[in-house]
Amino acid sequence: MLIDEAGGEMSRDYFAGNDADLVRRKLIEKIIEKLLMFSAGISILAIVLISLFIFAQGLPLISEIGIRSFLFSLDWSPSRGEFGIGAMFIGSLVVTFSALLWAVPLSLTVAIFMAEIAPAKIGEIMAGIVELLAGIPSVVYGFFGLIIIVPFIRNNLGGNGMSVLAGAFILGIMILPTIINISRDSIVAVPREYKESSLALGATYYQTISRVLVPAAKSGIITAIILGTGRAIGETMAVVMVTGNAAIIPENILFPVRTMTSNIVLEMGYAVGDHQAALFATGIVLFVFIVVLNLVINILKAVKRNENI
Amino acid sequence: MKTFDWKEKLLTVLFWLAALAVVGILFSIIGYIVWKGIAVVNLDFILEAPSRAGREGGISIAIVGTVYLTAVSLAIATPLGVGTAIYLEEYARRRSKFAYLVNLTSETLAGVPSIVFGLFGFVFFVIFLGMGWSVLSGSLTLAIMLLPTITRTAQEAILAVPHEYRENSLALGASKWQTVSRIIIPSALPGIVTGIILSIGRAVGETAAVILTAGSSLGMPGGLFDPARTMSVHLYILATEGISLERAFGTAFLIVILVIVINYFANLSLYRLSHSRNNR
Repeated sequence: MLIDEAGGEMSRDYFAGNDADLVRRKLIEKIIEKLLMFSAGISILAIVLISLFIFAQGLPLISEIGIRSFLFSLDWSPSRGEFGIGAMFIGSLVVTFSALLWAVPLSLTVAIFMAEIAPAKIGEIMAGIVELLAGIPSVVYGFFGLIIIVPFIRNNLGGNGMSVLAGAFILGIMILPTIINISRDSIVAVPREYKESSLALGATYYQTISRVLVPAAKSGIITAIILGTGRAIGETMAVVMVTGNAAIIPENILFPVRTMTSNIVLEMGYAVGDHQAALFATGIVLFVFIVVLNLVINILKAVKRNENI
Repeated sequence: MKTFDWKEKLLTVLFWLAALAVVGILFSIIGYIVWKGIAVVNLDFILEAPSRAGREGGISIAIVGTVYLTAVSLAIATPLGVGTAIYLEEYARRRSKFAYLVNLTSETLAGVPSIVFGLFGFVFFVIFLGMGWSVLSGSLTLAIMLLPTITRTAQEAILAVPHEYRENSLALGASKWQTVSRIIIPSALPGIVTGIILSIGRAVGETAAVILTAGSSLGMPGGLFDPARTMSVHLYILATEGISLERAFGTAFLIVILVIVINYFANLSLYRLSHSRNNR
């Protein structure tokens, strides 16, 4: 017994220095772990603070005028105390939908091209091109739209050029990388055997793509489109520069339009009181939109996991 | 059988055309801005302060503002993001509630529109904490926006470190933190650096959040509590207020060049990452 204890003491001394040293080292390890945990907690804290502060600023106004009239009333005249974001709400949806309308088919085609059709070298170059497209800031896209696309529409299609169409075009370009990258990854992730079996059964290359690969990558492709939608709804600078920003419901795609994001950035500089609260309330709508989209993606992921089991 | 061949050929052409369209879009945007902007940019444009609201002079102030905000926001976001990644991958239990929550909020942060960050930064940092429109308010707001990118890339890089490295280090008697700081972080460094470089690009280009938190003052920012104007904000104001198209092109040109350089370096470190993986 005695020997055992002495031996224990001795070996601990031998391997780890004296007791005080060991305690100190353990303490340092513990402190570092807590510090790392704290930095991980920052993300949670950030989301909590963002929700708290934006809701505190905007929610009282929404509850005062009612969520329905806030979202759907077309009367936005802050000077008269009318805060209906109906036109902007519809404006955001219209511009986003029009952008998706052309960007989704093009992105999926390019994603399939990169994953299945392009020679390896070309696929790599395309990946670099898409990365660069993703890296260009929105204000540069907006500037390009303002200088090239808006005059082009004005001169060739009529109207003043600042329009739903200009917004949809620029926004569509901006969401290409999001949709291309995620759907390409999900196509690449389809097990090789699927493709080989299909080809072995005598299906042509394109039959294999359309009936085997794309269906197998479906959930990834849907995630890609949802993320693209989120990006489009939330985009601000490019849209505000090319859509003309009239707070009306556009009759056709050559009409100007104002989105919810544009409304915030245009008026935040001088808004006070209820007007400012209404802009924060618009921020709540955007925030809730994104959280719901994220939720859908997470549900999709969970469904996919269950399918795999 | 013949008609089938025909269809397949046509589809192939279509796929190539779609890819070509994307390439064309990128090159026409970059090409046009470079073509119009390169004539404007010279040393004076970079070194001189703007005068008459940006109609004359250069954009030195906006360059300083951009560098300042980018540097401070990265100095805040990098340790937090890398720390988060280390905690999630090395310390947290796989299925712990906390780790799940961190991942979930991090994903949500990545999707929140920049204008919402701007609103938050305005009401929290500028007003509530009394920092005013300043480099610090802007940088803190930016830091939160950059956090998910840095965390995710660092997570992936740490995950790619072979398991034997950890086991060997621990078997040699190294402590957890010794293993993390001397084995895992160095092995994951290229991936971590890629995340940081990508974040630089995001910080340089961000406009909506910055305009609401750092302001758009045309003064030279001297300290953390001074307002600042970044190049992106400058471009926005020059273009939309019709101040100077010429100078807007010059600014856009510098931003685009910066983005290309940043992308080049990000790819370089990505390449090194995959290269070292292949050599393993």
